[in-house]
Amino acid sequence: MNAVAVAHTPNPDHPDNPDWDSGTAELGHLLRPGQLDLSHKVILYLEDITVSFDGFRALDKLSLTIDAGELRCIIGPNGAGKTTMMDVITGKTRPDEGTVFFGQTIDLTRLGEPEIAHIGIGRKFQKPTIFENHTVFENLELAMKTDKRVWRSLCALLDPAAGDRIAETLQLIRLAAHADRLAGLLSHGQKQWLEIGMLLMQEPKLLLLDEPVAGMTDEETERTGELFLSLAGKHSLVVVEHDMAFVKQLGGKVSVLHEGSLLAEGSLEEVQADQRVIEVYLGR
Amino acid sequence: MMPARTPFIVRLGRSFDARSWQMAGLFAACALIAVPFMHLALPPDHPLHLSTYFITLTGKILCYAIVAVAMDLIWGYGGILSLGHGLFFALGGYAFGMYLMRQIGRDGSYQSDLPDFMVFLDWQELPWFWAGSDSFLWVALLVLVVPALIAFVFGYFAFRSRIKGVYFSIITQALTYAAMLLFFRNETGFGGNNGFTDFKRILGYPITAPETRVVLFALSALALIGTLLLARYLVTSKFGRVLTAIRDAESRVMFIGYHPLWYKLFVWTLSAMLCAIAGALYVPQVGIINPSEMSVANSIEIAIWVAVGGRGTLIGPVLGAFLVNLAKSWFTVSFPEYWLFFLGTLFIVATLYLPQGVVGLWLRLRRREPPPAAAATEAKGARA
Repeated sequence: MNAVAVAHTPNPDHPDNPDWDSGTAELGHLLRPGQLDLSHKVILYLEDITVSFDGFRALDKLSLTIDAGELRCIIGPNGAGKTTMMDVITGKTRPDEGTVFFGQTIDLTRLGEPEIAHIGIGRKFQKPTIFENHTVFENLELAMKTDKRVWRSLCALLDPAAGDRIAETLQLIRLAAHADRLAGLLSHGQKQWLEIGMLLMQEPKLLLLDEPVAGMTDEETERTGELFLSLAGKHSLVVVEHDMAFVKQLGGKVSVLHEGSLLAEGSLEEVQADQRVIEVYLGR
Repeated sequence: MMPARTPFIVRLGRSFDARSWQMAGLFAACALIAVPFMHLALPPDHPLHLSTYFITLTGKILCYAIVAVAMDLIWGYGGILSLGHGLFFALGGYAFGMYLMRQIGRDGSYQSDLPDFMVFLDWQELPWFWAGSDSFLWVALLVLVVPALIAFVFGYFAFRSRIKGVYFSIITQALTYAAMLLFFRNETGFGGNNGFTDFKRILGYPITAPETRVVLFALSALALIGTLLLARYLVTSKFGRVLTAIRDAESRVMFIGYHPLWYKLFVWTLSAMLCAIAGALYVPQVGIINPSEMSVANSIEIAIWVAVGGRGTLIGPVLGAFLVNLAKSWFTVSFPEYWLFFLGTLFIVATLYLPQGVVGLWLRLRRREPPPAAAATEAKGARA
């Protein structure tokens, strides 16, 4: 028997769970509406999520929890439901069944995409999606966390503090020299970095990154890994990736998805030794 | 960097640079001083005298130019192609036409307080929606509010259902076509297929008097400058950047926390209101409004002005409206049967070879001439 943590999600709220009131969970704490409750140190709960498209079950009773500050990698063969899972979390797809909670209190299945972005979930798409006809600077400006309603945008002016934040992010994603270039003129790897930078400007608590290093050079990939590792702790990251070397570099817990459900979970070595994971990857 | 609290009016003023203000000033001087002088003060046989035909034609095209800029805001910057914008133009025209009909008073053929077409239909009193139509202010309000309301409600449902691209264009066509059929009916209460005509007065002044014509012409010119200023402010503001971002990558905009619905709805409704203002200025100058203004072909023509002039630039649509309409007035006199062929060819040529219209062509030619360093700054200016 391999040392594999098979998918199970104990309900941390349940009184039967001996750890239910451990840690720093404060009893009787108050939350403002929209505030993220991390009192149980879990940022995201997916429970029994099912999504079908014309009878095809893209997700089949998927359950998954992400701890606050964690860096989690999601792997799985094509069609395992990784992107659909991201769609469900970000409000693009409504699950047929199941619940999605952000922290203890926020039910994501009731919110639309912009609201979910506002409460602190940022998403990077598989294909870099940036505003090609805007400059790099403007891309970051648009992504910046601020009041994004029409009236505010109509009379918005860039204040110096915002300018500084954009400059910081430009340094971080190494595009400071390209601030005034049109984003469409950047290389593929630079576009990926710009999109990551846009995510950071949103100051999200949870980042969902769909194949963030696809098309990057080895050097760029390594730098991206370093960036993600520096973000973990302050942010929670969920990285969907095929590049096993990159997953290894990140070093966090790995969840394996297969046919819409969680197949295995553990360190990369553990899941790679799992017989079922090997079968799924090497063909049946 | 600018201080955080700059008065809005100052910021509006800053959205034109010095050269644009000079151009606007020159244009205003022509429209407000030179043209009235050349029409009113110079005798008809003077070589510089401007005819009534010129005033009416140019005034009409100024109104079209406002519509073209309004169209460019949603199409060039918002990526939403409306093929039903003629509807809002016509609604503004009809709303103001109600006032002009009431100004006829008892001078109509039937010497009745009711407009002639109502007497003809044997109606005893004004329909409820004509209430207050003898008040200029009330009608001015209707001109703005009715098209805005219709645009808002239609846009809300269309954008909320995420209807995009060609589907949206087709629905707008259907909308204006349905409205045209409705206005063709006598029972609708807007004069059926004859619409409104035979206007006599506006605010008590005779509508065909040269002075009145000149005032309407000048107002149209001012409205065009105002439209350009507002549009320029919008597209250079953060709102404008969000709008073009929605055009280029709507899902990205959503996932960084903007509601595309409200952005699209704002610019859509504003565009409809600008068209309505243009329609209200148009009707007293041409002296007629009828349901054919709502025909699908008219709305498509608006898109052609913008495509020919250059979408995504603000001066382009103005040029496009002038070029196409001047060509139209020449063609329909010289070769009336070939006009539609010419228009179709023009559209195909503009789409295939001039994606940025005449403005793009001009920029490309200019860029080829100066040395590379100057060309680079030129390209930058063109983007902004």
